[in-house]
Amino acid sequence: MTVTATRPAQAPRRRRKGGVSRQNREMWVLMLPALVPVLLFSVGPLLYGIGLAFTDAESGRNHVTSFVGLENFGTLLADEDFWASIRIGLIWAVSVTVLQFLASLGLALLLNQQLWFRGLARVLAVVPWAMPPVVIGLMWRLVYHPDAGIVNTTFGTDINWLADFNWALPAIIVMGVWSGMPQTTVVLLAGLQGIPRELYEAGEVDGAGSWRKFWSITLPQLRPVIVTITSLDFVWNVNQFTLVYVLTQGGPGGRTRLPMLFAYEEAFRYGFFGYAATMGVTIVIVVLGLLGFYLWRQMREAS
Amino acid sequence: MKKIPQYAALLAYMVFLAFPLVWLLSTALKTPQEMANLHPTWIPDRPTLANFTDAFGEQDLVGAGLRSLIVALSSSVLTVAVSLPASYALARYQGVLKRVALGWVLVSQVFPFILIIIPLFMVLKQLDLVNTLFGLVVVHVTFTLPFALWMLQGYVRSVPRELEEAAAMDGATRVRSIISIVAPLLAPGVVATLLFSFISSWNEFLFALVVLKDPDVMTLPLTLVRFTGPEGVSRLGPLAAASLMATIPSLIFFAIIQRRLRSGLMAGAVKG
Repeated sequence: MTVTATRPAQAPRRRRKGGVSRQNREMWVLMLPALVPVLLFSVGPLLYGIGLAFTDAESGRNHVTSFVGLENFGTLLADEDFWASIRIGLIWAVSVTVLQFLASLGLALLLNQQLWFRGLARVLAVVPWAMPPVVIGLMWRLVYHPDAGIVNTTFGTDINWLADFNWALPAIIVMGVWSGMPQTTVVLLAGLQGIPRELYEAGEVDGAGSWRKFWSITLPQLRPVIVTITSLDFVWNVNQFTLVYVLTQGGPGGRTRLPMLFAYEEAFRYGFFGYAATMGVTIVIVVLGLLGFYLWRQMREAS
Repeated sequence: MKKIPQYAALLAYMVFLAFPLVWLLSTALKTPQEMANLHPTWIPDRPTLANFTDAFGEQDLVGAGLRSLIVALSSSVLTVAVSLPASYALARYQGVLKRVALGWVLVSQVFPFILIIIPLFMVLKQLDLVNTLFGLVVVHVTFTLPFALWMLQGYVRSVPRELEEAAAMDGATRVRSIISIVAPLLAPGVVATLLFSFISSWNEFLFALVVLKDPDVMTLPLTLVRFTGPEGVSRLGPLAAASLMATIPSLIFFAIIQRRLRSGLMAGAVKG
């Protein structure tokens, strides 16, 4: 190690003095392997997909795609099936998000206390997270199965839950809540554990009861976490495809056809790529609008 | 005794969380004769493991499992190989590119997949990658990348910069210091990211559904769904058994990750 003595502290200084351009070049080289697939297979297609919304692209071999401007959007506005699907999608996403939040908050509050069986409950609460979505869907098909399922046996009912016009949507909502509880519970639990103990002690000194402490300390302290996780849950639920595809394929009679399933069928069953892309763009606009409104209201209330 | 309401609530949660799992297990252990019974019970009359062996005969489960394994292994290795240098860059340098990249990681978490899947399918078709496992690997790598990048750059950040500076003082080149100092310290992070990418790919359904059309190339989730086809009660047992088997890798992953998370936390505590 004779070199050591002759070059003291050169490298760190060189980096600082070497200027931004050198650093930038190094960064680009290191980023390149990741950048190429992302640009090629996600940024590129995303832009391409937005472009497709303004064309009449179809899957046929002989079809010549041409630019049609806003025609697709005009058709879509008058497409009652699509708006029915959006309505179903919103019922699904809002109810799953709200129920998931309430259920997970309750569970997180329990897990945050000194209770027996807490360890077992924690493991159970994470299991849905560890399961492949396809398996979750198949499992709930077994649960809801009219003959071999457990729901009819337990409640003494005789309903084909997933094929019933009134019950199919509530049935998949229950499954949605079940499958999404782990993430929400884990995040809320972390939030609860981050609340300083002194606040509760101060509350007790002031003579606050459990309810009072929950409303005046826990909820306000948890607010940023709540807003974040409910927003994420909402977007994830709108984007949900696999669970519902496996469970009902959108049936019966389109009663559980979430927007994602609708667009998927339009593209890959009927081959209307352009029109399906228009649906995609519209769904994103609707979701961003609702999310923006929600976040804006939360921010206004917070300040 | 004050805590009775809490225990009642906890019990209700545990029942709600556990009952579908118990039912899946119960179905997997029932004989076809018992499945045909109109009043199914929680506990099988004569528990049998025959469904697990029957499942292999029903569909090409072994083949599908192997294909899933190939896809998941290749995409996890590729994901880590591609995101490792980038994660180093993200953790160590500043610049516009860094902000853009981190922004993309965030956006990718809320991605409207339907917007991307149609053009992606068209791109793959142009490249002749539809119906090939390689095509699916490429897609899985692309969509696991952002989160893998996020995980890895966190681990790089936890390697003290001073170590590298000390190495530089001793005359090590940047590459040398990355290979002999940063890389060994990153090993736990690399393992965690590998596991995460493996499971994401193993569980993935929507992209596989679009990319793979031919039953001969289908991965495990697709093959499982094909099981359900026309409703036959007798096939529910093998279906449940196959579903349970398909879950094993994910459960192993979570068991490992939990231990790792704990040891990771402890390592942090020692270092202060």
